[in-house]
Amino acid sequence: MKGTAIILLVLGTPLVQAATPGEILASYRAEATRVSPGYRPSVAQGAHLYGRQFGVSEKMPACSGCHTARPSQPGRHVVTDKAIKPLAPTANAERFTDPAKVEKWFRRNCTEVVGRECSAAEKADFMTFVMEGR
Amino acid sequence: MNTPRMLNILLVCSLLPLSVAVKADDLCLFANAPPAYQAECGSCHIAFPPQLLGAGDWRQVMATLDRHYGDNASLDEAVRRTIADFLVGHAGPPSKVGAGGGAARPGALPRLTATPWFTRKHREVPRADWSHPKVKTPSNCGACHTRAAQGSYREREIVLPDGRRWED
Repeated sequence: MKGTAIILLVLGTPLVQAATPGEILASYRAEATRVSPGYRPSVAQGAHLYGRQFGVSEKMPACSGCHTARPSQPGRHVVTDKAIKPLAPTANAERFTDPAKVEKWFRRNCTEVVGRECSAAEKADFMTFVMEGR
Repeated sequence: MNTPRMLNILLVCSLLPLSVAVKADDLCLFANAPPAYQAECGSCHIAFPPQLLGAGDWRQVMATLDRHYGDNASLDEAVRRTIADFLVGHAGPPSKVGAGGGAARPGALPRLTATPWFTRKHREVPRADWSHPKVKTPSNCGACHTRAAQGSYREREIVLPDGRRWED
């Protein structure tokens, strides 16, 4: 083809399903239990974490700022306006299937929104709430 | 493969020299872009065409990811280096984007929305469109360039945030 660009079709990128959300949750739960024996993941704690206005970051005060009040709904990045797929695995099967990716986003977003890295218990609580698919 | 559809068509850069490949309306995507570029940079904002900033500016952006326009976007060193090499290798020519990018002041991060090229291309856009709530930031290319994610920025594809078509 003449010109400076060639036109190609997008091929679907294969999904690497390294783990299930349940397996990733179990791993955080096990880690939390090592720190605090008797720990049990809590939907209520997760919901609190998800909706809490930490106010550390002016533009990103809470998880719900970008991810909306309901994890089953699509969100939007508050700074760039980029569309964000739902967090809930019931609405988006790609979520929580790659442990490294999950850990990367917890690290980034906890640092940004909470102002520090989250504990394994907080991650397990968060996932337990999000996986309810509200 | 399904029937070809417009939405699925990407503008992929040819192997011609960069100075030829960089066209005003077609900020073509590079077929050799490392997958990490889309995965890491494209998760919070559009994976910007590397042509929009000069090499030195990309080096600066990629050296300060822990302070990335108000966000911490730090990466593993191997991934950071891969992406930086790609961006620097496909950076825009200084004659278009300026050697110092569009940094608001010396030492500040360069902004691809403040280069001479970007400013000239957008000089006719009314202020009201920039400040429309759907736009949020000038770097939100997709707010008006409906096929920005596909690397296409043709004028006829522009839809302003209130639904107006762009007319010269």
